[in-house]
Amino acid sequence: MSSQIRSRANSKPQGSQQDPDGRKKPEDMTPQTHQKSRLDSLTAHRKPTWTWMAAAAGSAILSLLITLVAFESFSVIGFGVIAGVLFVGSMYVVSRVLEDRLKATDELWRHLVWTSFIVALIPLISVIWSVVSQGLPTLISNPGLLTADMAGVAGADDIATQNEGASLQGGILHGLVGTIMITLMASVISIPVGLFASIYLTEYGNRNAFSRGIRFFVDVMTGIPSIVAGLFAFAGMTLIVELTIGSSPQALQSVKTGFTAAIALSVLMIPVVVRSTEEMLQVVADELREASYALGVRKWRTIMKVVLPTAMSGIASGVTLAIARVAGETAPILVTAGYVAMTNWNPFSEWMTALPVFIYRQLINPTAPAAGDPSTARAWAGALVLIVIVMGLNLAARAIAKYFAPKTGK
Amino acid sequence: MTSTSPRTKNTARTTSAVGDKVFFGLSWTGGAIILVVLAFVAAFLLIRSLPAIMPETFGPGADEAIDFWSYVWPLMAGTVIVSVIALLLATPIAIGISLFISHYAPRRFANPIGYLIDLLAAIPSVVYGAWGMLVLAPAMVPIYHWLHNNLGFIPLFAGDPNVTNTGRTLMTSGVVLAVMVLPIITALCREIFLQTPHLQQEAALGLGATRWEMIKMTVFPFARAGVISSIMLALGRALGETMAVTMVLSAGGFSWSLVTSGANATIPSEIALNFPEAFGQRQAELIAAGLMLFVITLVVNVIARAIVNSHAKKAEGLS
Repeated sequence: MSSQIRSRANSKPQGSQQDPDGRKKPEDMTPQTHQKSRLDSLTAHRKPTWTWMAAAAGSAILSLLITLVAFESFSVIGFGVIAGVLFVGSMYVVSRVLEDRLKATDELWRHLVWTSFIVALIPLISVIWSVVSQGLPTLISNPGLLTADMAGVAGADDIATQNEGASLQGGILHGLVGTIMITLMASVISIPVGLFASIYLTEYGNRNAFSRGIRFFVDVMTGIPSIVAGLFAFAGMTLIVELTIGSSPQALQSVKTGFTAAIALSVLMIPVVVRSTEEMLQVVADELREASYALGVRKWRTIMKVVLPTAMSGIASGVTLAIARVAGETAPILVTAGYVAMTNWNPFSEWMTALPVFIYRQLINPTAPAAGDPSTARAWAGALVLIVIVMGLNLAARAIAKYFAPKTGK
Repeated sequence: MTSTSPRTKNTARTTSAVGDKVFFGLSWTGGAIILVVLAFVAAFLLIRSLPAIMPETFGPGADEAIDFWSYVWPLMAGTVIVSVIALLLATPIAIGISLFISHYAPRRFANPIGYLIDLLAAIPSVVYGAWGMLVLAPAMVPIYHWLHNNLGFIPLFAGDPNVTNTGRTLMTSGVVLAVMVLPIITALCREIFLQTPHLQQEAALGLGATRWEMIKMTVFPFARAGVISSIMLALGRALGETMAVTMVLSAGGFSWSLVTSGANATIPSEIALNFPEAFGQRQAELIAAGLMLFVITLVVNVIARAIVNSHAKKAEGLS
């Protein structure tokens, strides 16, 4: 936007050469001399266009010398930082000398803004590169990781893998099953609650005290730390178990299940669903609702047949994003579902391992403490699968929003 | 809602009216569940943490329990310090990227870059933890040694008795958290920067302002409240972030030094490390620590929302 404005402002002198009625201006009678003098006046206080290349090359060479002299070993990070500082600084000085303070300041901030963008790209690329470069080879050479769990895998197996080159044992199947079951349970709880709550907020609430309260507390819930959600689910289930079954150690052991983890995730998921759905429902034009009422259609049928279908693509996309968010959660599952090596399909009994928890445990407590490499390899492979799942859900959300958007028919 | 009059009553209409009531009931229940859940969160945490906070009345007695406040303050201090480091690093860069997307980047690239930054937000925290622990921490070790050798007289870089050799310090955790909150601040700031009235921007440019002057004169004053609230929201997120800190930081008590391993801990990492094996009084202590974290993030988020709402009202009044 603003670049258009700038270019328009710059091109103004050319545009005003000709009067609206097409008559040539007096100074245009001598086009040659005019052109020359105008060029002079435009370029008099501007640095040549090749300045930045010279500054970049100079900073790179200088920085190379400094890093070679000052540090014991050459480091790419040190070279990049020094070169960047030198480039931005020298460009400021050059502009200050050849142009004026305003232009130099403008340029300085332009360079800083570009720098911040490049700086932010470094961790993004580094994270994705480390996961792909360390996870993909493991997955390709051991596709069995996806279909095996850790049952029966002992420290001796990992030591054999690391020292004698035996094939990598175990896998991430139990984590995948756990993540799918827990996320599914959380969705079954959160999506209806979230949908109905946002329908109440937009269609019935009418900004009364109750709906204002819900809105405020949804905002508060958005900020609940994920580990606190886990503690809540654990504390709640412990209370229920103590009141119904008793407080024997065996009964308390049964608190940790996939279902408890699903409750914890629901606390995190409901506010996300409510906020995105409410936003989508508010976008639905009131004319549609009024047209439906005018035909004598009941409110609930209007909501079911007119409002929801119109907003459906946005709602589905928001819900998918909410699922993606909780699928990657670790902390709440860590404190509520325990950690097992076997695949467990039943979220209502026995402990359950989710993929993020598996990654965490493999890195913190390797299966063979003396030979951690196989555990690390499994963790990176698991991280790659997890990222693929979460990114896939994110892309699916965007695709839903784009391709299933309601036809406006205009 | 509206009841059908007896004259036009027929079966279809009756089911319709029932449907209306049922649907209203369902929606109302959905809203009520949210309030109930939040009340339960506060109540359950409070009940479960009473034995730790007031051991004389609810717990095993004063002499058997540790003093909760002297247990929790180093954790709270660690939590706050790591979040502040994260924000100090992330805020300038995030504002820079937002400006880059809204005012500097070529139009064609602005949207893809926005998606790219949003990708950062989608990466699960455990992956950031793994990256911070295995990739970033070793890379930070030379920097810590350099800081200690050259700036060791500052308490932050004192690092006695020995400087870290693993890089798993509070500072590294702060850097990982900075990467994690970056997309949050960026997404919100970008929205607000793009909402700056175009007429104001064009007026500034028309008066001969450079692009930076235009941003300083029109964009920043308009966006101030929004930027502050986005920073507060990111603070809430950083305070509650568990896995990245748990995996990167090697836990300890409390120290001002940023270059020593095993000297600090945060509330979320303390809970994540110890809760799976805890029982009885220890469990109560950890839940009480979680309650403290809940209260801190609650306060931060309520302040942030209050700023957002007052700003929204002002913006409504303007248009």
